[in-house]
Parts: sequence; C-alpha cells; structure tokens
Amino acid sequence: MNIVVLIKQVPDTWSERTLSDADKTLDRASSDAVLDEINERAVEEALKIKESGDAEVTVLTVGPDRATDAIRKALSMGADKAVHVNDEAIHGSDAVTTARILAKAIGTVDDVQLVLAGNEATDGRSGAMAGMLGEVLGWPSLTHANALTVENGTASVKRETDEGTCDVTAALPAVVSVGEKINEPRYPSFKGIMAAKKKPVNAIGISDLGLDANEVGLAGSLVQVDSFAPRPPKSGGQKVEDEGDGGSKIAEFLVGQKLI
Amino acid sequence: MAEVLVLVDHVDGEIKKNTYEMLTAARRLGEPSAVVVGTPGTAAKLAEGLAAHGAEKVYVAESDDAVNYLSTPQVDALATLVERVSPPAVLIAAGADGREVAGRLAVRTNSGWLNDLVEVDGQREGTHSIFGGAFTVQSRATTDTAVISWRSGSIEIEEQAGAGTQETVDVPAIDEATSAKVSNRSPIVGGDRPELTEANVVVAGGRGVGSADNFNVVETLADSLHAAVGASRAAVDSGYYPNQFQVGQTGKTVSPSLYIALGISGAIQHRAGMQTSKTIVAVNKDPEAPIFEIADFGVVGDLFSISPQLTEEVQKRSS
Repeated sequence: MNIVVLIKQVPDTWSERTLSDADKTLDRASSDAVLDEINERAVEEALKIKESGDAEVTVLTVGPDRATDAIRKALSMGADKAVHVNDEAIHGSDAVTTARILAKAIGTVDDVQLVLAGNEATDGRSGAMAGMLGEVLGWPSLTHANALTVENGTASVKRETDEGTCDVTAALPAVVSVGEKINEPRYPSFKGIMAAKKKPVNAIGISDLGLDANEVGLAGSLVQVDSFAPRPPKSGGQKVEDEGDGGSKIAEFLVGQKLI
Repeated sequence: MAEVLVLVDHVDGEIKKNTYEMLTAARRLGEPSAVVVGTPGTAAKLAEGLAAHGAEKVYVAESDDAVNYLSTPQVDALATLVERVSPPAVLIAAGADGREVAGRLAVRTNSGWLNDLVEVDGQREGTHSIFGGAFTVQSRATTDTAVISWRSGSIEIEEQAGAGTQETVDVPAIDEATSAKVSNRSPIVGGDRPELTEANVVVAGGRGVGSADNFNVVETLADSLHAAVGASRAAVDSGYYPNQFQVGQTGKTVSPSLYIALGISGAIQHRAGMQTSKTIVAVNKDPEAPIFEIADFGVVGDLFSISPQLTEEVQKRSS
C-alpha cells in the first residue's frame, strides 16, 4: 500500500510571528521554523502501518527551500521518500488553491491508498485541509483521528473534537487527519538520520503538476488580502498587592466596569 | 435583496448562540436564510428562534442520513442552495465541524473561503484576528459567493423578526464511495455551565491551582458568575482539568466580556487564546507573571484566599 503523509513547516509558536509588508503573507523568513508537531504524529502513524504490513511511505510538502529540513526530519524518522513542491509561483496560495496543488502532487505518486495529515497546523489554523483535499480528490475524509485502523480496504478512526467523539469508517482510498492524542512520535535514530541523507527527494515545480502560474499563488487565489495591522498591544491596567482584601478589590473593579 | 445563507449550528434540538450572531452579521450582506440540516423534525423545533433573529427563509434539509455521515450532508445541502440562489455569502460556525463543512464547500463551489471572521461589512470585507489576536487582517473573496467561517462571540446578537418561511430542500442521496460513515456519536456534554467559546464570562485556572481537586475553587467562582471554566495548557498537561477546556494556541480561542485568570502565568501560548477578551482580571503569586502585562486588573497574591472572597462578594451582589 502506498501512503502519502502531508507535512508542513511552520513558524515556531514560541517565537514572534509576523506578516510580510510587501504582499501580506506569512513572513516565513523572520521566525524560527519547525516541523509542525502534529505532522510528526501523522508520519508516526504511517510508519506504524508500514511496520505492521507492507507499505511505502512518501512525505509530501509544499514550501520554500528550507522546507527541506522538515522533509529530512520525516525521512530520518523512517519515511521512504519525499516529494517537495517548491515553486516561487505558489507563494500566497489560499486554502482552496493549496488543496488543488496537493491533490495534483499526490497524483505524482503511484496508486496512493491513504493520505495522512495533521488535523490542524499551528500557523494557518484552517483545520480543514484533509476535508478539502478529499473533496478535490473525490475521496472520503476521516478527520481528527485519535486512533486509526486500516484493513480490508477500509479505514476506521476514532474521531475526537471539542464537539464530541464518534467512530468513522470509509472505503479506501481516503484522507485521514490525525489529532494530538493518536500517538507519541519516535525520535529519529542516528542510523535513521544517516539513512535519510540517501533517500530520494523529488523536487518539482508547478509545471510538473500541469498547473499554470496564474492558477496558483496570489494570482490563483479566490481570496484577496486587502490590509493587515498589528493589534495595538493591550497594556496592563492596575496591579495591586493582596492585603487580605484582594477578592473585594476585584469585585469593586468589576462593579465599576458594570460586569457584576 | 440577495439571500445570504446561514448554516444553523444546533445540538439536541437547541440552536447554538453563534447561529444568532451569524444571522445578525448576514443582515449586513442581504436577507438571511437559515439552513437546517438534521434528522426529520429538527427544523420544527428551531423555526421559532430562527424567525425571531431575522431569518426570512428557513431551508429544511432533513433526512435520517443527516447524522450518519461526516460533514457530507451539510456540504451537499449548502452546495445545492449555492447553485440555486447564488448567495453573496454563506456563513458557517467556525468550530471543527463547521470549518470542515466550509472548506469542503469552498472547494466544491469554487468559492473564496474567509476563515475565522470576527467582523464583516456590507461590502463583504471580512476581518480576521490571527496569530492569537496579534494581528487583524482585512480580506475579501474575489468569487461570487464568499464562504465565511464565523468565530463565536465576535459581535452582539440583535433580535429582529423575520418571516421564517420554511422550504424543503431536496438533497441528492449520499454517495457512499466518497463519504465517511459515522456511528456511536457522543457529544461532549459540558454540564450546566455555558460552553467555553460561547460564554460571556470565563474563569480559567493554571498551574498555580496545584491539583485537580483544587480546581473546585475555579469552578465555584465560575458558577457564581454563570461563567465557563477554562484551563491553561500547563493545567491540562498536569491532569488538573480535561483537555476540551484548554484555552490557548493548541486549545480554544475565547473572547468573552470578562476573563478571569487564576494562577496562570500567561505564556504566549496561553495569551494567544484569550488576549482578545474585553476585560481581563488576573490573580497570581508572581508579580512578574506576564499575564499582568495584559490584565486590566491584577492582584498579586494567593488565589486560594482571593478567589473565595471574590466568590462571596459576587454572591452577595447577586442575591
């Protein structure tokens, strides 16, 4: 079985994030980048399937040169090969366009039965890429999986969101997005890190996907960003030491604000 | 006037508050039409509330399959209606399920998707609050229809009578091969407290609360204020409080009128989920805790004496 895992490099949430003045897109150069934690869980889940049977794991990313770091990390964990869609023209693509690029890129891998992804990246937070990708491919999407089993041409997941839990099943090929609780990703071993250096990375551009520059990026997007502004920093107000009347002081403040 | 579609967010025959916000926002763009996707008999229970908040039409897409498949019934119903009425916008709640419906609908109808809006004007210019409220971004869809995910708690609900005329929508049968089947649904029940993302007041506890048992100090204050209870990642990771109540970068984003932080230091991760709250009150032992940088009112001290005292003061005033 061929499995594709979508990975994405995101700005570290612990560092300052900003937007680029020039084109109002995420300024990826100015913050530290890491392989999104949730993607490692998606890679881990693919490796578990590989270890329990017969599967080839391809990691797929769409991003600039330095997304290579995220690819290497996934390969050193044990993925077999990678596809890196790297093209200036993609910069600024909206979610719908990104889903279409990913669908085309999945098409470069033979006979894919399962696509795995994280359920939510920490930067864009659209939280819907798996569903959108399924929609483009015409495949079912099983989202927010806490547990996954794949057998007899069927994927079954335990789905968990803030809204509740349920069991979800669908026929392969399918797209599955994994949640935070699905597993604990392994650390790459030294051997894995060395082996990753020899694994094939297929670097391609949008023309290799049969896409035209005006179908992607800012030009192809269905959403246009008009302006952005940093929110004026909230300044601290009053701060008092508790002298046995802290609770009453808060109550007085809340009364003054007409909140109680 | 153009029809604007609002997907009704409902659970157990009750309309969620965010639906009323979306009906309010929809009126700026045209004439609101509510879309009910559910099992037979659902719309009858919701119709009155929808009409009281300005729904001129109520489209009814009822079937037993509505609860048996993941997001497909909602996407199918909305896509059918988008084709029929060409709305300037479709509004959908920005929860996990709603975003999935929105993203899929945007792909299927080739529409621009404005995710997580907190404001929209009559020209379809939307405002997002991103990176945990550090930036606001103005954007618009360049397509005939904009698919909008609406963040709960963003605007004041305005009541307005609408005709609420019900109309049945015939939705094509579900395509099994491209759909995910759902069973054993169990919605998370929050008990008697308001839902975290919809609450007007949130009282949250952090590492400083110290244990799961001690969280009753947080809960008691919350109940006196009819508030939801939240927790920082540190508190959740330490097992003090369940995961679904986590506020922050990796949890929920809340924007209540009042946020009370007890024993929360206020790391960037946490602030990202609550710094757009209108008023913030913080209690922490550490005078240098970063939470004080954004608190409108801060008390340096022991939450275990301050919180019960505040609870008492609140009860005194409400009785």
